[in-house]
Amino acid sequence: MSETSDLANGDAAKSELDRGPTTSERSAKNQIRREQLRVLYRSPGFLFGVLIVGFWVFAALWPSLLTSVGPKEFVEAGPRVKPGSEAWLGTDKNGWDVYARIIYGARPILIVAPIATAMAVIVGTMLGLVMGYYRGWVDEVLSRVIEAILSIPIILMAILVVFTFGRSTPVIIGTIAVLFVPAITRTIRSAAIAESDLDYVMSAKMRGESGLFIVGREILPNVTGLVVVELTVRLGYAVFTYATLAFLGFVGSNITDADWGIDVSQNYEQIVRDIWWPSIFPAIAIASLVIGVNLIADSIDKALKS
Amino acid sequence: MQVTESLGLRDSVATQLSNLSVSVVTLDFGESFSVATGEPVMSLVWKAVANSAKLVILSLLVIVPVSILGGLVAAYKKDSWIDRLIVNTGLAFSAIPDFVAGVFLLAFLAVPFDFFKVQASAPPGSGPLIQIQHLLLPVIAVLMVYFGYIARITRAGTITALDSDYARTAFMRGLSTGRVFRKHIARNALQPTVAVLGTQLGYLFGGMVALEIVFGYQGVGNLIIRAVDRADYPVLRAGVLTVAIIYMLATLGADLLVAWMNPRARQTLGDN
Repeated sequence: MSETSDLANGDAAKSELDRGPTTSERSAKNQIRREQLRVLYRSPGFLFGVLIVGFWVFAALWPSLLTSVGPKEFVEAGPRVKPGSEAWLGTDKNGWDVYARIIYGARPILIVAPIATAMAVIVGTMLGLVMGYYRGWVDEVLSRVIEAILSIPIILMAILVVFTFGRSTPVIIGTIAVLFVPAITRTIRSAAIAESDLDYVMSAKMRGESGLFIVGREILPNVTGLVVVELTVRLGYAVFTYATLAFLGFVGSNITDADWGIDVSQNYEQIVRDIWWPSIFPAIAIASLVIGVNLIADSIDKALKS
Repeated sequence: MQVTESLGLRDSVATQLSNLSVSVVTLDFGESFSVATGEPVMSLVWKAVANSAKLVILSLLVIVPVSILGGLVAAYKKDSWIDRLIVNTGLAFSAIPDFVAGVFLLAFLAVPFDFFKVQASAPPGSGPLIQIQHLLLPVIAVLMVYFGYIARITRAGTITALDSDYARTAFMRGLSTGRVFRKHIARNALQPTVAVLGTQLGYLFGGMVALEIVFGYQGVGNLIIRAVDRADYPVLRAGVLTVAIIYMLATLGADLLVAWMNPRARQTLGDN
């Protein structure tokens, strides 16, 4: 759990940047990395993003510290109470506390999205590097497969896969991971192609290094920046995709579970009756998490380009 | 048992594949499983495609001018407050899921203002203006989702074009800003935008599932979701295939449009 939430926190991104090569010949590069980190820490967008995401990670880890009410606990105020002193963010049609449900609802989305993203980035990076370095017919075939998968909207593909294999959490993680691989592969592949043309790859080849060594130890370190950007950008999309799947009812077995997407779908129809709080607040939670992750992604991207 | 038979699952893979090809070519996907309707699949699909097309065309009519204008202004006023405003609001809006945008619009526009309708489908028999009125909220939601994306692409393309020698020459010849944009910048700067619009068109047709649900609109996404709910395999198969075909046609159309805009791309089009 803590591992996965670290990703959401952007900590993984940081540690990735911290872990520069140690050999002295690369100290110049280290210097650049440090400069980039300084730019990153000073950008208000990054700090704001970390603050938002950090709050939700905290909520996912220790929800009971943020609320004394359980997600399925009937509060005294009764059902459909407006936000106020009795219940901060009001209560829903079941008489459950909206604030408590939002705090507890952070966990499912913060389990699925980071794990799925990490899996997709690992597989996509490996595939992209290998395809970009070796090229040839395998690359041609896989590129066509990628184009075919990308031709159907991800959410539609996800619905079909979840429909076929059931709506358990592992299936959802696997589905999001698999569906994200093509786009990541394509990005890394084009970067690997560009790197493969450079002199250092040629000299490694002439030293007689194996292809695996060149891909793993020569090209990979030079595309880590891109990998980190992909990781954060895709994390935003994963949150997006999971929330949409939950809204459409393809997540979990129980519609009473605390989950932002499910809560929106269960309550949005009451908006027209002016009971807006049970659906708008979880919707704000979803929006804030996605925007937080995107702020981090954008600042990392800018820092790497600075 | 009967389902297995009727879907031909006992046949060999080759037979199943050839049956599928026949049904694709003849556009005959059999009848819907739904007992209530039992309609031919294609008539359901056509209705959904027609509905989606209305939404997509109306969305494009709004999104394309607004986003391109936003991108052009952001590029022209690069690094000013208006540039940052356009880029950042676009970024924030395009990050939030479509159904979240839809739910916000319901609460903040549909409830206080009677003008905005909760249901995207107009009552049967209403004129085009009423239909457009009903479609306004989903169109605004789509605009929120796509504005940032398309404006950013346009902005990037325009900045590249503005930095070019031909743009500088045109400005130095003393041409007005509007004239330089129309005659010199637009054609080059908008190529990435057109290409992106092509790929997004397919997504607009099939990817707005949650948004169609929020506004109760009977588009392709809604059709597919309902087919999934009822395990209506013939409809599901035809629906997904339709989305893929529309995506292909839209991408092809965008490529041809780029080729028309740029003679150089015309020559490389054959190589790809």
